[in-house]
Amino acid sequence: MTRRRVLRAEDMRRLTRGRGGHGLLPLVTLLIAGLTLLPVAVVAFSLLTPTTEVWRHLLDTVLPRMVGNTLLLVGGVGLGTLVVGGGLAWLVSAFDFPGRRHFRWMLVLPMAVPTYIMGIVYIALLDASGPVQSFVRASGWSTAGLAEVRSGTSAIIVMTLVLYPYVFLLARAGFEELSGSMFEAAQTLGADRKRLFFRVALPLARPSLVAGVSLASMEALADFATVRYFNFPTVSDGVLRVWYGMMELGAASELAGLLAMFALLLLLLERRTRRRRAYHQSKGKLPGMPVTPLAGWRGAMASMTCSAVMLAAFGLPATQLLAWSVTELASMQPGVSAVYVRLAWNSVSLAALAAACAAVVAFVMAAVSRLSPTRVTRAATSVVTMGYAMPGAVIAVGVLGPLALFDRVANMAIESVAGGGVGLILTGSLVGLAYAYTARFMAVAYSSVDASMERIAPNTVLAARSLGAGWLRVGTRVQLPLILPGIIAGMVLVFVDVMRELPITVVLRPFGYDTLAIWVWQMAAESLWTSTAIPALAIVLVGLLPVKLLLDASGAGMQREERR
Amino acid sequence: MNVSIRQAPEIRDPSGHATPGPALELRDVYKEYPGGVRAVDGLTLSIEQGEFFSLMGPSGCGKTTTLRLIAGLDSLTAGSIAISGVEVSGRTHAVPPEERRVGVVFQDYALFPHMTVAENIGFGIHAMPRQPRGIRVADLLDLVGLAGLDGKYPHELSGGQRQRVALARSLAPSPRIMLLDEPFSNLDAELRASLREETRAILKASGTTTVLVTHDREEAFSLSDRVGLLNNGRLDQVGAAYDVYHYPVNRYVAELTGKADFLPAEIRNGRIYTSLGEFPTNDRPEGHSARGELMIRPDDVSVAPDANGTGVICGAEFLGGSILYALELPDGERLHALMPSVRPISAGTRVTLHFDPAHLVFMAHENGS
Repeated sequence: MTRRRVLRAEDMRRLTRGRGGHGLLPLVTLLIAGLTLLPVAVVAFSLLTPTTEVWRHLLDTVLPRMVGNTLLLVGGVGLGTLVVGGGLAWLVSAFDFPGRRHFRWMLVLPMAVPTYIMGIVYIALLDASGPVQSFVRASGWSTAGLAEVRSGTSAIIVMTLVLYPYVFLLARAGFEELSGSMFEAAQTLGADRKRLFFRVALPLARPSLVAGVSLASMEALADFATVRYFNFPTVSDGVLRVWYGMMELGAASELAGLLAMFALLLLLLERRTRRRRAYHQSKGKLPGMPVTPLAGWRGAMASMTCSAVMLAAFGLPATQLLAWSVTELASMQPGVSAVYVRLAWNSVSLAALAAACAAVVAFVMAAVSRLSPTRVTRAATSVVTMGYAMPGAVIAVGVLGPLALFDRVANMAIESVAGGGVGLILTGSLVGLAYAYTARFMAVAYSSVDASMERIAPNTVLAARSLGAGWLRVGTRVQLPLILPGIIAGMVLVFVDVMRELPITVVLRPFGYDTLAIWVWQMAAESLWTSTAIPALAIVLVGLLPVKLLLDASGAGMQREERR
Repeated sequence: MNVSIRQAPEIRDPSGHATPGPALELRDVYKEYPGGVRAVDGLTLSIEQGEFFSLMGPSGCGKTTTLRLIAGLDSLTAGSIAISGVEVSGRTHAVPPEERRVGVVFQDYALFPHMTVAENIGFGIHAMPRQPRGIRVADLLDLVGLAGLDGKYPHELSGGQRQRVALARSLAPSPRIMLLDEPFSNLDAELRASLREETRAILKASGTTTVLVTHDREEAFSLSDRVGLLNNGRLDQVGAAYDVYHYPVNRYVAELTGKADFLPAEIRNGRIYTSLGEFPTNDRPEGHSARGELMIRPDDVSVAPDANGTGVICGAEFLGGSILYALELPDGERLHALMPSVRPISAGTRVTLHFDPAHLVFMAHENGS
C-alpha cells in the first residue's frame, strides 16, 4: 500500500511562498520601519521636550496666526475639494450630458499641476502688475475695490483647483461601484433623484469622499511654497522659516512636531474610513447607478460646469506656462539652456535614485510580509505606509538631527584613528536626500507593489511547482513578470512625486544643487515669471504620467461604462 | 404564435370587491437593445388581480427584461403596459419607476447596507407620519417572521433573513404589483423550499398581484396560479402549471417543463400510430392526418418485468422516492419511465410498457399535415 504524504498547512505555505526558514526576515522589516519612523519620532520627541523660551517667543508672535491659518487652509481645501470633487464625480456618474465620457478622465488632469505652480500662474495673472488688473486700470476703472489676491481665500481656491481630483477619482469610483439594483430598488420604493442621492448614494460613498478629502487635506497641510506666495503662513511654512531664519534646529523640530500632530489626525481619519469600507461594498450584478440623460439647457449647463473647472484648473495654467515658455525661448540668453539641462539632469537623477530606493524597500517589505506574515511584519508594514501622510517639512527636519549625529560620531571615530576630521558626510548629501524621499514616498510604491503581489493567486505558484519548476524558475518566470508592472508603476509614482517635491529638497539638498522645482520656487519668489515657465512646464508634463497610470487603473470601470 | 389564453377564475382583490379589469396588461411589447438584440419580441399578457403569475424560461429568454419593463427600470421599444387599466409605459410617455407603485425583490436583494432592517423596510413609506410608520414596519417584521431584528444591519443577517427583509421592504408601500426576480436562487435547497411556501402565503394573504421570474420549473409550478413560458422574448404558452406540463404546445415547452421523450408518430383517422402501437387521440378531428412526434412523460409510462415484454431496462437513476428507468425499444428508440422505488428492476430486465393515454401529446412536424 502506498503511503500518501499529507500536506500540512505549513508545507503548503512553503510550497507557495518559496523556501522556508526565514528567521531574520522580520527583522529586516523592523529595521525599515524603524528608519521610516525615525524622523517622525525625532520631531515628536522634541515636541515633548520643548525649549520654553522659543515657544514663548513664537506664541507671542507668529504661532497663533500660523495655527489658525493651517486650520483654515486644511478646512477650506477639505470643504472645497469635497464640493468640487464630489459634485463633479456625482455629475459624471449619475448624469449623461454632452462630453461626459471625456470629462470623466479630463477632470483628473489638474492633478499634474503642483500647487505651487498653480499659485504662480494665478498670482502672475491676478496680481497688481498682472494682465487682469492692468486691463482694468487701462479701461479707466479703479482696482481699489478688487479683493487682495495674496490672501488665504485665494490660496484655498487655487489649491482646491488642483487637489479636487483626489476626491473626484475616489468618489467617482465609490459611486460607480455601488450596486445598480440598490438604486433601482430605491426607485421602485418611490425615491426620486434627490432622495437617491442623499439617502443612498451619499451615505454609501462617504468613505470614499472622506478618504479623498483627507488625502487632499494632507497635500494642503504639506504645502509651504504656495502659502508663502499668497502671504498666508501656515505651520509647514513656519518650520522652514524657523530653520532658515534662525538656523535653530530645536525650534524647527518642535514646530515640525506640531505639524506631525495635524498630519496624524488626518491619517487617523483616512484609515478609519478605509477600514469601514469593507462591509459597505455590495456585490452588484447589474450595471452601476441609473444614468439620467440631461438634455437641452441642463446638459449644456453640466458641460459648461465641467469645462469651466477644466479651464481654470488645467487649461489656463497650461496655456500660461506655454506662453511664458515661448517668450522665454525667444529671448533666452546664451548659456541659459545649459542651466536648464543641468536642472533637468539633477531632478531626473535625484528622482530616479529615490524611485529605485523606494522600489527596493517596497519590494522587500511586500515580499517579507508575505513570506512571514507575523504580527511583527504587519505592524512594520502599517508604520512604513504612514509616510505619505507626513508633510515633507516634518521628514526633512526630522532627518537633519540623525544625519548630523551620524556625522559627528563618524568624525569622532575617524579623528581618534586618523587624527583629523573629514567634515560633513551624510548631511547635505544625496544619501540624506534619498533617505528622506524614501521615508516620505515609499508608501506610494508599496501600495502599488503590494497590489500586484496580491494578484498572484497561491494556486498559480503551486501549479508552477507541480509542473516541476524550482523556486528560481517560479521567481523569474511566474512571479516577477506578474509583479514587474506593479514595481514600475510604483517607481513612476515616486519619480514624479520627487520631481515636484519642494520642502525636503530645500532643506537637505547639497549646497548649490538646484533642481527644476527649486528653480521654479526661487524664480517665483523674485516674480520672474517667464523664467519659471520651462522648468514648470517640464514638471507638469512629467506629472501627467501618474495621471495616465491612475486612469489606466480605473480603465476597467471605463470599459464597463462602454458596454452599457 | 400559438398561445392559449384561458379564462382565469374570478379573483377578489383585498378590498373584497370583484374587479373585472386585469391588474397588469402587456400589449405587443417589444424591447430592442442597441445593436439590434431583441430581448422582448411582441409580448402580450394579461394578469388578474391577486394572481400569482410566473414567467419561466432559460437565461437570456427575456424574462428579467420583461420584469424591468413592468417596473419601469427599462423603457420599451414598442407596445404598451398598463397597470389597473392605466397605461404606465407606452409609445410617448412612461411613468417613472418611483411613481408606479410596483414592488421589486431583486435577486441580490439590493438591501441598503447602511440602514438597519427597520430603516430598510421604512424606506418606501418615509412620507408616512412617524408613529404609523413604526407600526407598519413592526407589522411587516412580524409578517415575515423577523420580529426583534429591526436594529440589525443587512450584513449581520443570513441569506434567508435578507430575502425576507427585501420582501417586507417592497411590501411596505402596498405595491399594486409585486415583481420577484429569482428571489430564491441565492439560497440553499432546503431553505428555498420553506421560504417559497412562506412567500406565497404572505403574498396571497395580502392579495398582492405577483409576477415571479424564474428558470426553476419546480418553483414556478409550486407557486403559481399560471405560468408563462418565454422563448426568445416570445410567450410560447400560458396556462396553469398542470396544463403546461401535460399539454405543452411544442417541444421547447415540453422540455422546459420537465423530462419528455419523443417517439416518431403518425396520425391517421383519429388514431396515433407509433412503433409501440396505436393510441386514441385526445383532440384531433377525424380524418385529420399528419406526421410528427408523440410526447411521452416518464410519469405516464409504467413498466413491469415480463419475459415477453417489448422493452429492456438499460439504465436506472435512483431519485429517492422514485426511480427513473431508461428503456430501449426494439427499434432502437429510447424512452423513460418513472416508477415508485418499491421493487427495483435491475438493468437488462425485459419489461412490458403501459401508457396512460390521458396525457399523450401529438406534435405535428412543421411541414406536416
